[in-house]
Amino acid sequence: MMQDTFEPKIIAFCCNWCSYAGADLAGTGRLKYPENIRIIRVPCSSRVDSALVLRAFQNGADGVMIAGCHPGDCHYDTGNYHTRKRMMLLKSLMEFMGLDEERLLVKWISGNEADRFKDTVESFTSKLKKMGASGKVRDLRCAK
Amino acid sequence: MKIGVFICWCGSNIKNMVDVERVAEATGKMPHVVYTQDVQYLCSEVGQSDIGNAIDEHQLDRVVIGACSPRMHETTFQQLMNRKGLNPYYVEIANIREHCSWVHTDKAKATVKAIDLVKKAVAKSYYAVPLHAESLPVNKRALVIGGGIAGIQAALDIADAGYPVDLLEKESSIGGKMAQFDKTFPTLDCSACILTPKMVEAATHENITLHTYSELEDVSGYVGNFHVTIRKRATSVDEERCTGCGECVTKCPAKVDNEFDQGHSKRKAIYTLFAQAVPNKPVLDRKNCIYFKTGKCGVCKKICPTDAINYEMEDQLIENDYGAIIVATGFELNEPTHLGEYHYGHHPDVITSLELERMLNASGPTQGKMYRPSNGKEPKRIVFIQCAGSRDRHDGNSYCSKVCCLYTAKHTILLNEKFPDTESYVFYIDVRTAGKNYEEFYERARQMGANYLRGHVSKVEPLGDSDNRLLVRGYDGSLGEQTEIEADLVVLATSIEPQQGAKKLAGMLGISSDRNGFYSEAHAKLKPVETQTQGVYLAGVCQGPKDIPEAVSQASGTAAKAIVLFNRGQVKGVPTTAMVDEELCSGCMQCKPVCPYEAISQEMITERAHGKARQRPVASINRALCQGCGACAGLCRSGAMDIGGFTGRQLLAEVDTL
Repeated sequence: MMQDTFEPKIIAFCCNWCSYAGADLAGTGRLKYPENIRIIRVPCSSRVDSALVLRAFQNGADGVMIAGCHPGDCHYDTGNYHTRKRMMLLKSLMEFMGLDEERLLVKWISGNEADRFKDTVESFTSKLKKMGASGKVRDLRCAK
Repeated sequence: MKIGVFICWCGSNIKNMVDVERVAEATGKMPHVVYTQDVQYLCSEVGQSDIGNAIDEHQLDRVVIGACSPRMHETTFQQLMNRKGLNPYYVEIANIREHCSWVHTDKAKATVKAIDLVKKAVAKSYYAVPLHAESLPVNKRALVIGGGIAGIQAALDIADAGYPVDLLEKESSIGGKMAQFDKTFPTLDCSACILTPKMVEAATHENITLHTYSELEDVSGYVGNFHVTIRKRATSVDEERCTGCGECVTKCPAKVDNEFDQGHSKRKAIYTLFAQAVPNKPVLDRKNCIYFKTGKCGVCKKICPTDAINYEMEDQLIENDYGAIIVATGFELNEPTHLGEYHYGHHPDVITSLELERMLNASGPTQGKMYRPSNGKEPKRIVFIQCAGSRDRHDGNSYCSKVCCLYTAKHTILLNEKFPDTESYVFYIDVRTAGKNYEEFYERARQMGANYLRGHVSKVEPLGDSDNRLLVRGYDGSLGEQTEIEADLVVLATSIEPQQGAKKLAGMLGISSDRNGFYSEAHAKLKPVETQTQGVYLAGVCQGPKDIPEAVSQASGTAAKAIVLFNRGQVKGVPTTAMVDEELCSGCMQCKPVCPYEAISQEMITERAHGKARQRPVASINRALCQGCGACAGLCRSGAMDIGGFTGRQLLAEVDTL
């Protein structure tokens, strides 16, 4: 029953040129998706420091999404390749910490892929609903 | 600090799904927020003056907007800040339309989300730092790489605007591929007649300096301030002394295949590229010179009336500074030897279109006479094969070379006019005639008697008769059956390919190439002449196959870009660049390799520690090059690197509010 009422908290880092624009287009096209996501604009997905992702989990995020341009399409040429490498590494660190690496989603969404943005948010939200709340890191740090 | 929060209704667009009053009320309770207001249309004049008045009245120093996407109206609000004497980066926008009201259906949940988004923006604005774009002076001199028609046009336009231009050409004469052509489609203008006046104009223009027989050696710097080294290869002929009399060329005993005529004639080891070459002074090809091979001969030196021949001449390195670089390096035609079925290279009567072009050219190797390379006789039946290496995923290039359909139509027309008893057959996949008057031109070719057969050629083989003719086996799509044609000459429309050195040049200039090796424009639709590297522009076929008028207009486009840059006189960088906190930076330089713009370099700083001055390396940002992607900041181990407008502290504040 918990699953029906649980609303996961999702923080998304979207690159300004592709994914943020894709999210904008989803809005312009009046596509509908769940309210759980909060988007933070970054110039490029490679701007996202791994520490920011961990901080989001510490603050009680149940899922973090990093979205950038498709490989080869990066506005800054190579940024998303760095993202891919760093986030792969971060995922293995999350496993090591006992944090399910599936809570971190790295996705390539271009500026015209409004549908892909909507589908990604929908599927990630429903997946996190099934996974339940992520208490792991939050409990460690914020036990009061 | 005084923060003002303004929530936009956007008419009903936001207000219908988000309780804007509640959003204003909730954010009004945040620390440092001294004023909140919800407004019908913030982007309207009324809305703008509302914000302006509130700034004056409450002495706001940060403004947070809850409205549409920042991609929509960020500049509108930044301009308002400027007018109010506040730094434009002191405004922060929460996207509560595209990312909230338009995509959700539950008003209560949407309102909660909108509050979160505005709170996030307030938290971010608290840590905003003022940003300024850096202005750098522009060196008002252009470098044009490639002296074909595109390069010549670009150079002339910039020079006519009053700015000095250096025109770089690797061959000994400017003119490029167009100089080899006979006539141009669809008007059948004589190529040389329209090109040579431009070549002469370029050479004599007071603002243009020619660097022929020269190549790019090195490029550094950035828009407005490129530092370039040019290697001027040794011509062994003193340009100052040489009068271009041509005595040395006449007497030189070494004969080699003439590349300009595609091997259908011979040239000397000391030679001019073609009769109308500009500059019209010979160069000595050391690889084929008898003196350089054996140490004996020296005929040219003995005969030269002005003593211009200098065997000891060395390559010269010329260094210059430029504000803009135009790349017009053109193309190569592929050697269709890899297409075994066409027998090219095995039978002399299988030739390329450019070879045919040279034959048809009145100043070519045959003075315009057609001949079969095998026996010198005039060909009576000629078969043209289109897309030899183009539109061929398996054995060639997948793209269309664009100009072959039209030049083949031109060839059939020219043959028909000059030699009315020749028959032309054209095997084609599609005939593409997009261009002004091109379809009419193609129609004319057909009406004049060219036989067009839609289908592939499966094999070209020697017929084995006494005349050594060829048998072309192909498929005639309109009849739906195999067909065989006996031909005197087979002409292959070879594929246009990037120059062999294209990749190396791209590396030097920091520009990228597409998967076919052509240079990539900054935006396929809206920035067709710019590259990802500011101040470097693309003209002509180096960017992709195109015909002469397209190359010329693109060249003029690049010239316009360069002129705009020179007229402005300074470049404004991106304000949201990387910044280094030198105290934190350990000088590990991990950031350097991830930077796509080579904007990071190592610098030594002097600091005092324990009463002693010591030197220590730190990363240093060239703000003119940095585009603010943040790849460096995302990686910096010590947190010394930051991006203006997206500092680590700002992003952290955003994460912390959620």
